[in-house]
Amino acid sequence: MSTYPLISLAIWTPIIAGFVVLATGSDRNAPLARMLALAGAIAGLIVAIPLWTGFDVAQGTMQFVELKTWIPRFNINYHLGVDGISMLFVVLNSFITIIVVLAGWEVIQQKVAQYNAAFLIMSGLMNGIFTSLDGILFYVFFEASLIPMYLIIGVWGGPNRVYAAFKFFLYTLFGSLLFLLALMYLFIQSGGSFSILEWHKLPIGLGPQIWLFLAFLVAFAVKVPMWPVHTWLPDAHVEAPTGGSIVLAAIALKLGAYGFLRFSLPIAPDASHELSSLVVGLSLIAVVYIGFVALVQADMKKLVAYSSIAHMGFVTLGFFMFSAMGIEGALVQMLSHGFVSGAMFFCIGVMYDRVHSRQIADYGGVVNTMPKFAALFMLFSMANAGLPATSGFVGEFMVILGAVKFNFWVAFAAASSMVVGAAYTLWMYKRVIFGDVANHHVAELTDINNREFLILGVLAICTLWMGLYPQPFTEVMHASVNDLLRHVAISKIQ
Amino acid sequence: MEMQKLYLLVPLAPLFGAMIAGLFCRVIPRWVAHSVTILGVAVAFIASVVIFKDVQAGNTYNGTVYTWLTSGDYRFEVGFLIDTLTTTMMLVVTFVSLMVHIYTVGYMHEDPGYNRFFSYISLFTFSMLMLVMSNNFMQLFFGWEAVGLVSYLLIGFWYTRPTAIFANMKAFLVNRVGDFGFILGIGLVLAHFGTLDYASVFVKAPELANSTISLFADRDWATVSLMTVTCICLFIGAMGKSAQVPLHVWLPDSMEGPTPISALIHAATMVTAGIFMVARMSPLFELSTTALSFVIIIGAITALFMGFLGIIQNDIKRVVAYSTLSQLGYMTVALGASAYSVAIFHLMTHAFFKALLFLAAGSVIIGMHHEQDIRKMGGLRKYMPITWITSLIGSLALIGTPFLSGFYSKDSIIEAVALSHIPGAGFAYFAVMAGVFVTAFYSFRMYFLVFHGEERFGHAEQHDHHGDHDDEETSHDHHHGLAPGEKPHETPWVVWLPLVLLAIPSVAIGFIAIGPMVFGDYFKGVIYIDHHAHPAMEHLSEHFHGAVAMGVHSLTSLPFILALSGVVTSWFFYMKRPDIPAAIQRRFSLINTLFENKYYFDKFNEVVFAGGARVLGKAFWRGGDVAVIDGVMVNGSAKLVAWIAAVTRFFQTGYVYHYAFTMIIGVFVLMTLWINRA
Repeated sequence: MSTYPLISLAIWTPIIAGFVVLATGSDRNAPLARMLALAGAIAGLIVAIPLWTGFDVAQGTMQFVELKTWIPRFNINYHLGVDGISMLFVVLNSFITIIVVLAGWEVIQQKVAQYNAAFLIMSGLMNGIFTSLDGILFYVFFEASLIPMYLIIGVWGGPNRVYAAFKFFLYTLFGSLLFLLALMYLFIQSGGSFSILEWHKLPIGLGPQIWLFLAFLVAFAVKVPMWPVHTWLPDAHVEAPTGGSIVLAAIALKLGAYGFLRFSLPIAPDASHELSSLVVGLSLIAVVYIGFVALVQADMKKLVAYSSIAHMGFVTLGFFMFSAMGIEGALVQMLSHGFVSGAMFFCIGVMYDRVHSRQIADYGGVVNTMPKFAALFMLFSMANAGLPATSGFVGEFMVILGAVKFNFWVAFAAASSMVVGAAYTLWMYKRVIFGDVANHHVAELTDINNREFLILGVLAICTLWMGLYPQPFTEVMHASVNDLLRHVAISKIQ
Repeated sequence: MEMQKLYLLVPLAPLFGAMIAGLFCRVIPRWVAHSVTILGVAVAFIASVVIFKDVQAGNTYNGTVYTWLTSGDYRFEVGFLIDTLTTTMMLVVTFVSLMVHIYTVGYMHEDPGYNRFFSYISLFTFSMLMLVMSNNFMQLFFGWEAVGLVSYLLIGFWYTRPTAIFANMKAFLVNRVGDFGFILGIGLVLAHFGTLDYASVFVKAPELANSTISLFADRDWATVSLMTVTCICLFIGAMGKSAQVPLHVWLPDSMEGPTPISALIHAATMVTAGIFMVARMSPLFELSTTALSFVIIIGAITALFMGFLGIIQNDIKRVVAYSTLSQLGYMTVALGASAYSVAIFHLMTHAFFKALLFLAAGSVIIGMHHEQDIRKMGGLRKYMPITWITSLIGSLALIGTPFLSGFYSKDSIIEAVALSHIPGAGFAYFAVMAGVFVTAFYSFRMYFLVFHGEERFGHAEQHDHHGDHDDEETSHDHHHGLAPGEKPHETPWVVWLPLVLLAIPSVAIGFIAIGPMVFGDYFKGVIYIDHHAHPAMEHLSEHFHGAVAMGVHSLTSLPFILALSGVVTSWFFYMKRPDIPAAIQRRFSLINTLFENKYYFDKFNEVVFAGGARVLGKAFWRGGDVAVIDGVMVNGSAKLVAWIAAVTRFFQTGYVYHYAFTMIIGVFVLMTLWINRA
């Protein structure tokens, strides 16, 4: 075990790097800002990796814990730690930050320093969310991370960015207020503690548990997003720049799902059991209903955004089956979705940068002019459709297999995504990539450059690695997931 | 230890070839691509022969290569099960694959995607080997989907052709429907057996033979046998991959792919994966007579009704494709009759003669300069003697000519069905018997139209037909068919050599293998049959007195007479009196229309499933997301906020005297209240 405050490093390295980048000022120093941002992002990953390599897989409790008093009057602490559930997300987040900085390398030419700084700061804040063990600290990071995202959509976004930002705001505000109320309630009930780990042990009656659960559900369901509070996501994706979409899909969506495991299940276990059919029902709607909606999208980004919602449906479904296969499958699905959806949005970005359209109808026969790109896009499309040997398969496979034991018809509905998911992904791929060259825009396309090839290549390796050998990813989860399941099985009602 | 390395070498050698040819397809010259992939497959074939000998000596293997994933109490591994069934499949796959690799050198030599093609077919060989060598359901599913992926890539190999890229998507999606059932079956196995390892599952199967599961809220009427549900779910997977009705629709369209892969993937190996899987799962299927009935009925429908469609096809590849569908139906019927060894036997003989027929069809297509319409051929035996002879051998083997390979396997199926007592066996017996005549008829219709009769090629109006190699990128110009006066020519040796090499087992393998494989102890307990419940195989072996006796005896049997009359009828119809088939077509135009529309399966799927899904998607999107959620809930609350803001705005006029006035009113109100408080 290292004596360095590794988690603090993972949080503050990118944030400080972000402010340094910001200090480079105007676009005259853009090349410097880019280099600094890349260096900061790489440093962020380097400090995050020891969390994985030094992680004790046998231990289910919090590791690398840091505890300092922050606001003594309200017993608020700077309390950080990771377990098998959160650790990999810190690493994933730090990794995706590099991808994002590289993704905007040539594309973003205005306010370069501010753009990169926003991503670096957001990266640090999101690491904070995944590692906070204090309710208020979590809340502060949770809300603060919205600001850079607003800016990214609002400043570098598309023409309809105001509507998207407004929608995003309305949704999140609603959830956040209820979440804050729940935190206050827990503070009072626990006799003045904001420690999440103590809340886990706090006995609560079924009635209050249900109210707490519903408050958490609203807050997290918006983030995931779950049906029917999902409609902000397609709009946000469509308006966001490529980097914004990558972070949104790869990391931001995971925050809500993570909240279920950190708050809903352990704090309100009885209510979780009581209301599990509600969440399972909503998840299945997400998988089936959203799958069909994705099928008819004409905008590629919207299509992938809807497919994200369907994939996140597997995550919430896995959580509420209360089995190791379900929860671990859901976590694997979250990690995989980070790689695959990030890559999908990047692929769309690659085409958008060249043609300035996201409409499927504006493409056709891209393979003729961009064969390298087509091959990589094929890999990610197949991963999105859950093909074995890609990471997309592992989570779906585990959740579906877990679901058969839970309830055959739940598994039946979930498994339908094997057909629908393949249908919307491959139909898009066919219309965009295959066929004769459709128009002069496609004819003038140039294949991916080295930077784009590097990004897609690295993501391809991650996708294949996780598909062919997922054991290193799941082995860190076992102890924590088993602890969680044991905890959730015990009633808190006294 | 040494053998385990050899086991690994078998799939990894083709994978290595595929990676070299695929990752560097833009930099390496053609000879490197084909040498490295052919070498890889040749190594796999030789290693398979060594392993085959070793297994025959009694050294089977069941072990793990690495642990893929652990979760909860479950452990998923990548591992090999090397037994007689595996080695049979390994030999078939690597041999046919090697032949196809060599053939491709000649067939694809004009194609700009040469290196890519070699990469794909080697990748396919790897995937198929992983499928057959697996010792667990997870890896089986991995191979299952991987061969599906390569099939998708290869059907759409000429990616600018609209028909090809439609066909490959269709193939993938229809297969996914099968996989949907398959994964539920695997899930049931995991949930009730607690493991996905074959050996453990099979050991535990008898214990669970009588267990039931409830499919609906623990009601009695919804309680069904666990084995029946599991086996039917697994078989749905087989129906997708092995193209059984109603999931057969993708296979005829898959002919859009280049001919070598039609031979390798869509005739000899991949489509037989479902047959292999059911044979592998015989310890499970034997525990459910209901599931076996389901299997035999589906197989019988496929065998007969797909055969009918073969009669009216005019595209040389589609005739062979429908024949493949029909033969896959035969294998499925054998599975349903608990004659698993016979199914595998037919799988093997079929792999040889059907690969031969496909490659011969490809040879004809080259010789005819990419003409595929058999009505525009005729008399080719003069110009393409090797293709002619090998085609004749393949056709004779297919229709079950005594002493040739197809005869032994097909006759065994018919006999096994005759002796089976499970529900549906009667219908299946009729179907396979009638199928013999149909098979002989369409096979020799094609044979006579292509190789005999008058030469109908070389006319000017041939350019309308849509043939192979219709590719924008092809360097040579777009000639389909022969120019007037041009004559077909025999193909180069790389093309005809595989034909000759495939013709040898097509003739001999049945005679050699029937004794040990079907009636001997070749499989050494790998295939399990509950002889008490399904005695067909036991009775069948009582009737068997050696391969020679079987052949001689058959000369007076009904299948032989049916096959012979099929050949004679087709000769009479297409050589002597070509006016008769035309008259029949007019007379029975209703049936003809039904056949030409392939029983309307495609139309139905297009309207109901594809169309329905789009309508549903539009309804959910426009109705649910846009109208209700965004329209009413989100924008509604936004409008509410806006409305409140608009109302309160009246109070913020910006004029000082308004505010002053309001303040004064307020002060007055407060004062009034204060004064009146007493």
